[in-house]
Amino acid sequence: MLTDDDLRLAKLRLLRMHYESGVGHIGGNLSALDIILLIFQEFLTDSDRFILSKGHAAGALYIALWSVGIINDGELATFHKEATRLPGHPPAKGLAGVQFATGSLGHGLSLAAGTAYALKAKSESGRVFCVTSDGEWQEGATWEALIFLAHHKLDNLTVFVDHNSLQGFGSTLDVASMNPLDEKIRGFGIDVEIIPGHDLSKIREVTTRIGRRPKVVILQTVKGNGVSFMEGVMDWHYRPLTADLYERAVREVAGA
Amino acid sequence: MRKQFCDALVKRSAKPDMHFITGDLGFMALEPLRESMGSRFLNAGVAEQNMITVAAAMAKEGLDTWVYSIAPFCYARPFEQIRNDICFHNLPVKLVGNGGGYGYGVMGPTHHAVEDYGVLLTLPNMRVYVPAFDEDVEAVVMLAGANDAPTYLRLGRGEPPTGYIAPAYAPWRQVCQGQGMCLVATGPVSGLYIESCLALPEATRPNFWIVSEFPMREAGIPPEFFDQLSASETLCVVEEHVARGGLASELLLLLAETGRSPKRFKHFCAQSHAFERYGSQSYLRGRSSLDAQTLLCFLGAL
Repeated sequence: MLTDDDLRLAKLRLLRMHYESGVGHIGGNLSALDIILLIFQEFLTDSDRFILSKGHAAGALYIALWSVGIINDGELATFHKEATRLPGHPPAKGLAGVQFATGSLGHGLSLAAGTAYALKAKSESGRVFCVTSDGEWQEGATWEALIFLAHHKLDNLTVFVDHNSLQGFGSTLDVASMNPLDEKIRGFGIDVEIIPGHDLSKIREVTTRIGRRPKVVILQTVKGNGVSFMEGVMDWHYRPLTADLYERAVREVAGA
Repeated sequence: MRKQFCDALVKRSAKPDMHFITGDLGFMALEPLRESMGSRFLNAGVAEQNMITVAAAMAKEGLDTWVYSIAPFCYARPFEQIRNDICFHNLPVKLVGNGGGYGYGVMGPTHHAVEDYGVLLTLPNMRVYVPAFDEDVEAVVMLAGANDAPTYLRLGRGEPPTGYIAPAYAPWRQVCQGQGMCLVATGPVSGLYIESCLALPEATRPNFWIVSEFPMREAGIPPEFFDQLSASETLCVVEEHVARGGLASELLLLLAETGRSPKRFKHFCAQSHAFERYGSQSYLRGRSSLDAQTLLCFLGAL
């Protein structure tokens, strides 16, 4: 079972990886890290599939793969470097545990729906887990996917929305509000739950419960979760860490 | 070619892992396939982006996945889905576009597909088939089905001369021999030129080749073609596709790279999506000078 210590260790490794590579997107990685780790650590079996629709959280995905032994520590140091297998968004080839190259938003839900449909067509019992951002629900293709997965009653699919309420250049509310997102999705005939996005026990409970319809779990997350000066601050969508801020972030997370 | 395509897929549908997805098209044509396939025939609705990505995911899961729409809807709207989800992962999804070129002539410019294979050939791993005659379709379906890579089939309506027996399918077929220039065409529009070329005296009669598979490889081109081109030094390309990115671009690049560029070159191709007046496929071909009479005038001027 994923513990607070595991989470702390993963968060520190994520921060170090981003700091050493000088790469941004740290805020959205920290908001998604808990759910991705939990799925990899506690739910994902060989029969299941995981699709990261918010490809800009590749760092959190790589940390999850590191936590289950697919990527070693030395390779994390190559993140975003020349000739790396770990680019800023998940690669198409060469990395076990990565189903699809994602990063152009709005593809993951259809990838997950198609995978769930195929598993059913093959009479396989695996589940499909998908993590989306919140801003990417502005992409029209996500709504095409919703129609499809609801129509085909893909109850083997669970979608998590990392709803940190901040996108690249503003808040989701100010840029192009989809509120109330849960009601819109529910209107498609899909089970929707809204839960605190960093409450592991709640996420476990919701993920364990399988219904007769596809499920979307809206995780109320915090951008930059766990690092006080990043939390809820839009700048940390893209901003890289300086040495001072990195040390401050590490002190906070290590002491938490 | 829809009937031949449907018949070929009905035969293939005995494969239990074969799945067919349509973007709500195929009325009055694909009903036999729907009956044959049962739940493996999926109408994904009017949602091409989702359809293509779902197909990619199904192929990733090992299913033999075919996607059908009319040609313009098959590749243009979901281009990024084809690139990212199918081609980046080299997934063997078969994309089938009906009515390539001006096939849906008077329906208007949104329904024309005159840059389809050129655009798709820019993508990694993509293979393209452009059958010329209805009789080609069964062979092309077999070949496409055996591919382990992304594949696009451009279907149209075969237009051979009356009574003409099409030669057996091959990626390159010579349909007319003479002492004249080299004429290379692709797709059903090829059929418009056969009769006129065959009627010419040998001295001016072109060596007429029909090409149906892309991308081109030097090893895949018959050596006779190179010999004929070397002798005549003149190449004419005909295609129902815009000038850039299609058969002419492929062929000229290959010829240049192999030191065989022709001295004289003429390209008859689709001029535009957007005209001020519309009509049948034949009318729109005419607006693009895609007709035998124009070719004969060109030959006369040589």
